[in-house]
Amino acid sequence: MDFLRPASWEEALAAKAEHPAAVPIAGGTDVMVEINFGHRRPDHLLDLNRIGELAEWESGADSVRLGASVPYAAIMENLRAELPGLALASHTVASPQIRNRGGVGGNLGTASPAGDAHPALLAAGAEVEAESAARGSRRIPIDDFYTGVKRNALAPDELIRAVHIKKADGPQQYSKVGTRNAMVIAVCAFGLALHPATRTVRTGIGSAAPTPVRAKTAEEFLNAALEEDGLWDNGETITPSVAQRFADLCAAACNPIDDVRGTAGYRRRAVGVMARRTLTWTWESYRGTRRTLKGAA
Amino acid sequence: MPTTGAPTKLTQGSQARGGIGASTLRPDGTLKVTGEFAFASDMWHEDMLWGQTLRSTVAHAEIVSIDTSQALATPGVYAVMTYDDLPTDVRTYGLEIQDTPVLAHGKVRHHGEPVALVAADHPETARRAAAKIDVEYRELPVITDEASALAPDAVLVHENRDDLPQGPPASDGPGGTPIAGHVPHPNIVHRQPIVRGDVEAARERADVIVEGEYTFGMQDQAFLGPESGLAVPEEDGGVHLYIATQWLHADLRQIAPVLGLPETKVRMTLAGVGGAFGGREDLSMQIHACLLALRTGKPVKIVYNRFESFFGHVHRHPAKLRYEHGATKDGKLTHMKCRIVLDGGAYASTSAAVVGNASSLSAGPYAVDAVDIEALALYTNNPPCGAMRGFGAVQACFAYEAQMDRLAQRLGLDPVEFRQLNAMEQGTLMPTGQPVDSPAPVAELLRRVKAMPMPPERDWESSEGADVRQLPGGLSNTTHGEGVVRGVGYAVGIKNVGFSEGFDDYSTARVRMEVIGGEPVATVHTAMAEVGQGGVTVHAQIARTELGVAQVTIHPADTRVGSAGSTSASRQTYVTGGAVKNACERVRERVLEIGRRKFGSYHPAWATAELLLEHGRVVTDGGEILADLADVLDDEVVEAEEEWRHRPTEPFDPHTGQGNGHVQYSFAAHRAVVDVDTELGLVKVVELACAQDVGKALNPLSVIGQIQGGTTQGLGIAVMEEIVVDPRTAKVRNPSFTDYLIPTILDTPPMPVDVLELADEHAPYGLRGVGEAPTLSSTPAVLAAIRDATGLELNRTPVRPEHLTGTG
Repeated sequence: MDFLRPASWEEALAAKAEHPAAVPIAGGTDVMVEINFGHRRPDHLLDLNRIGELAEWESGADSVRLGASVPYAAIMENLRAELPGLALASHTVASPQIRNRGGVGGNLGTASPAGDAHPALLAAGAEVEAESAARGSRRIPIDDFYTGVKRNALAPDELIRAVHIKKADGPQQYSKVGTRNAMVIAVCAFGLALHPATRTVRTGIGSAAPTPVRAKTAEEFLNAALEEDGLWDNGETITPSVAQRFADLCAAACNPIDDVRGTAGYRRRAVGVMARRTLTWTWESYRGTRRTLKGAA
Repeated sequence: MPTTGAPTKLTQGSQARGGIGASTLRPDGTLKVTGEFAFASDMWHEDMLWGQTLRSTVAHAEIVSIDTSQALATPGVYAVMTYDDLPTDVRTYGLEIQDTPVLAHGKVRHHGEPVALVAADHPETARRAAAKIDVEYRELPVITDEASALAPDAVLVHENRDDLPQGPPASDGPGGTPIAGHVPHPNIVHRQPIVRGDVEAARERADVIVEGEYTFGMQDQAFLGPESGLAVPEEDGGVHLYIATQWLHADLRQIAPVLGLPETKVRMTLAGVGGAFGGREDLSMQIHACLLALRTGKPVKIVYNRFESFFGHVHRHPAKLRYEHGATKDGKLTHMKCRIVLDGGAYASTSAAVVGNASSLSAGPYAVDAVDIEALALYTNNPPCGAMRGFGAVQACFAYEAQMDRLAQRLGLDPVEFRQLNAMEQGTLMPTGQPVDSPAPVAELLRRVKAMPMPPERDWESSEGADVRQLPGGLSNTTHGEGVVRGVGYAVGIKNVGFSEGFDDYSTARVRMEVIGGEPVATVHTAMAEVGQGGVTVHAQIARTELGVAQVTIHPADTRVGSAGSTSASRQTYVTGGAVKNACERVRERVLEIGRRKFGSYHPAWATAELLLEHGRVVTDGGEILADLADVLDDEVVEAEEEWRHRPTEPFDPHTGQGNGHVQYSFAAHRAVVDVDTELGLVKVVELACAQDVGKALNPLSVIGQIQGGTTQGLGIAVMEEIVVDPRTAKVRNPSFTDYLIPTILDTPPMPVDVLELADEHAPYGLRGVGEAPTLSSTPAVLAAIRDATGLELNRTPVRPEHLTGTG
C-alpha cells in the first residue's frame, strides 16, 4: 500500500488523476475501520491532512462554504447559528476524539446511509464542491449526490473540496435513534429544516433506505397544509392531525431493511416519531420567534 | 528475560496505616489512568515473531482439505501449523472436559474455531499469509437450540464422547417416578435435577400459580484488553509464557501436555491483564503461541484484535427458563418448579459448573420447601459459552425475580414486601438441603435499598429547556420529554462464593519478611491473577495488618509459587487473601520466636503476653512496646509458603441434587429507576441503587468499585448487550464494538451503594465475596422498572426498542 501525501490541493488532484482508485483519507473515521477489518486494501491511500484549506470554512451571504475536513467539533463550536441542524448532527457523531478528527467530507465520500451528516445536509439544502485535475470544479446538488448504497456521484478522478450549505433561515432540528445514549451508530436518523424565506420545509432521512433520502411527499403535503391554513403568517399551531399525517408520510418515505441494528418496522416507526417531534420543536421555535418579533414591533 | 512490558514488582508504601478496612489506593491505578501500565498487548521482545490464527468461516463443517503452500511461500513467514503439526497425541484441552481441539481436526463445530497458525516477522504479513491458507469445507446442518440438538435425527456435535457417566440410568426418582440418567443425550453437556419436598401437595395449597417463560441473551465479557501473550523459547527446550489470564496454574496444566513438556519446563508469568470477567478462564492463544515459539525457536507474540476477541473467548450462556411458582393468598411461597436450558455452544468449557449454579441457585434468596428443578447445558454449533461474572446465577435471577413481581401483582402485594415475606435467612435450607450457615440479610437489604431517597422526577427540565443528556436517547436528541414515563423496579439475588461441588479450592501464598534500609519490609508472592479486582491492593493491606509493616512489595504473579486458584467466583479475597493471612501468621510466629530467642530474657511479657506486630514493632496486647522489628530481624529473612483451603464442599447428588455443595453466599439488592421513551422504545436508567452485605469490607473503596462495576455490567445485559447469532447459520452477526454495545458513561447512572457488614464467622476477617452478586440483581431490577413504566410483559433480556414498540 502506498501512502500519498500531497502538500497542496493541486498535488492532491494530480495524484487522484494518476491513481483514480486511491482512497482519500482525512480523519480516517471510516477508512481506518475498513482497513483494520480487512474489508478493503487499497493500493494507494491519499492523505489530505497536509492541505490546510480543507479544514477552513467561510460564511457567505446565503451559505457556508465548509471545507471537506472541518472537524465535527469545530462545526459544533463555531457554526451552531448558521448550520444548526448540522451542528446537532455533529454532536451525535461517535466520541469527542472522533469528532475532533472526522469531517463532513468523509461522510460524503463514504456515502453510507448511516452517515450522521446526510439528513442535516438534505434538510438544509447543500451542494458538494467536487474537483478534478482534468475538468476543474463543479457543484453537485445534495439531492443528486447519493446514488446507491455507499455510492455517490463523484467521478473516479474527483475529490471533495468543500460543501456549500445554505445558512439557516429558520429553525432546524436533528434526531437520531441508537440503542445507546451516546457514541452509537444510527439505527435511523431524521433532519428537518424550516425555510420561512421560501415558505418550505425540507427533510432528510438516514439509515432507513439504501441512500439518505428526503421525504418529498411529506414535504409537499406539509408545504401545502401550512400554506392553506396561512400558518407561516398567522403563526398558529400545527394541528395534531397534520403533524401525524406528515409523520406517516415520512415513515412511508423509508425503504428500510432488517439488520442487526434494528428491524425495518422499528425504523419506519422511529422515523415517524422523530418527524412529528422535530416538526413540533421547529414549529414552536418558529412561532416563538414570530411572537418575539411581534412584541418588538 | 529482556522483554519490554514484562511485569515488575509493585511496591506499596503507605503513610497511613493502610491495613484492612482502609481505602488504600491501587498501586497500579495511576499507571493505568495515565496510560503507562504495560498490558499484555504492550509486550515486546527482540527478534520476536507475530502469531496469527486462521479461524473457520462456517459454524459446522467437515474439513475436506487444508492447503498451506501459499502461506508458507510468503516472504517473512517462519511457520504455518495445522492439526497435523501438533507435537504429541494430546491435542485437546478443556477446564472440565478436554473436548476443545488445539486446532480443528476433521471438522469445525463453531464459527471462528481455530484451524491453522502462522508465525511471521510482521503482524500484517502473518495476517495476509493466514488469509492465503485454503481450507475446503463441506458444510453440515447446524445445531442451534434444544429442538435441533435433541431431534431424533440430530447430528451429534461430539460424536465420540467419553466423559459420560457409565452405568444404567437411575430409576429411583421421587414417588417412584423413573428419571433418566442425568445426561440423557450426547448433545447435552451436563444436567442437574434438584428435587426436595412434595411439590404436588404444596401445589394444592397454592392460591395463585404463576407460570412464565424467559429468554436470556448471550452476553460478552467485553474486557478492554484483548487476548494477548508472548511465548519465549528457553535454552533447556522449555518455554516461558507471559500471559494475561485468570489462573496461571490451570493454564499450565492444560498447556504442558499438548507441548509434550513437563510442567517444570513451561514457566508462566502473569502479564498486564485488561479485564477478565470470566472470559480468560479458558485458554485462548496460550498453546498457539507456545507451539509457534517452540517450532521457530523464536519468541512469538499473539494479540487478538477486537473482532477476533469476540471469537477468542467463551461468552455468557444464553438461556431459556421456564418457571412455575405458587403462593398462598397471604403471600407465602408454596412451591417452585423450573427448567433452565443453557446453550453451551460447541465445547464444554465450564458448562457443567454453570449448570450446577443455575440449578442450585434457581430458587433465589427465598425460602421455598418444595422444589422440582432441572437445569442442563446443550452442545450446539453456537459460540462456546462458559464463565462470566455471575456464572449461571445471573440467568436464574432474571427469571425468578420476574416471577416474584408477577406473584406480588397477582396477590395485590407490594413487590418488596412480598419478597421480604419469603426472604431466606440464616438457617434456611437451600433447595439442595444445605443450610445457610452465615448471615443472610435478604429482607434487610431490600429494606435498605427501598429506604434510599428517590432521585428527583423530571430532572432534565430547566428554564433553558430539556437537558437531553438526562433523557432517553441522550445526545441523539430524540425527546425533550415527549413519551417519557418513569418506572421503578426492585430485585435481589444470591450468588455462591468460591468453587463448589467438592472442588478442592485452595490458594498458596509465600510471604517473606526482612529488613531493607533499616525498615521491615514484607514481600507477598502468589500466583493470583490481578485482572483489575484489586487483589494486589488487598494483599498489601493484609500484610500490613498482620505484620505491622508499612512497606509491602507484591511480587509478580508466576508459577514459581503454588497455585492461587482462579480469579473468579468472587473468591480471590476470600481464598488467596486467606492464604496471605495464613502465611503472614506463620511469618509472625517465627518472627516472635526470633524475638523471644534474642530478647526474651529482657522482659517477661515475651513469654506471657499476647504479642502483636504493629507500626514496625513487637507490642503486647496492652500496647507496651517490646522491640523494633528491625532489631528482632536484623539480617535474618523469614519466609513461609502455605496452602490454604476454605471449608470443603461436596458434589450434588446427580439425581436429587441434594448435597452441601456451596461454601458461602453473597447477597445484593437493587432498586432501578428508569425513564422510558415509550414511543421510541429508548431507555435511560436514571439511578441504580444497591445494598449489599460484604461481611467485611477489606478495602471499602474497592468494594464500592466492584459493586458499581457489577451493577453496570448487569445494566448492559438489561438494555443493550447481546451477541447476535444467526439461527440459520450459527454465525455471529455483530463481532465489533460498533454493533455489540456496552454502556458508556452517559448510560451509567448514579449508583448509590449501602454496604452492610455482617461477618461470616467461617471466612477470613468475616469477609464475603463481593464481585458477582451486584451483576445478578441489577438486570432484573432494570427490567422490573421498564415493566413498571410500560406495562409490558418483557420476558426477554436485553430489551430492545423493538420489544417496547411492538415492532420486533
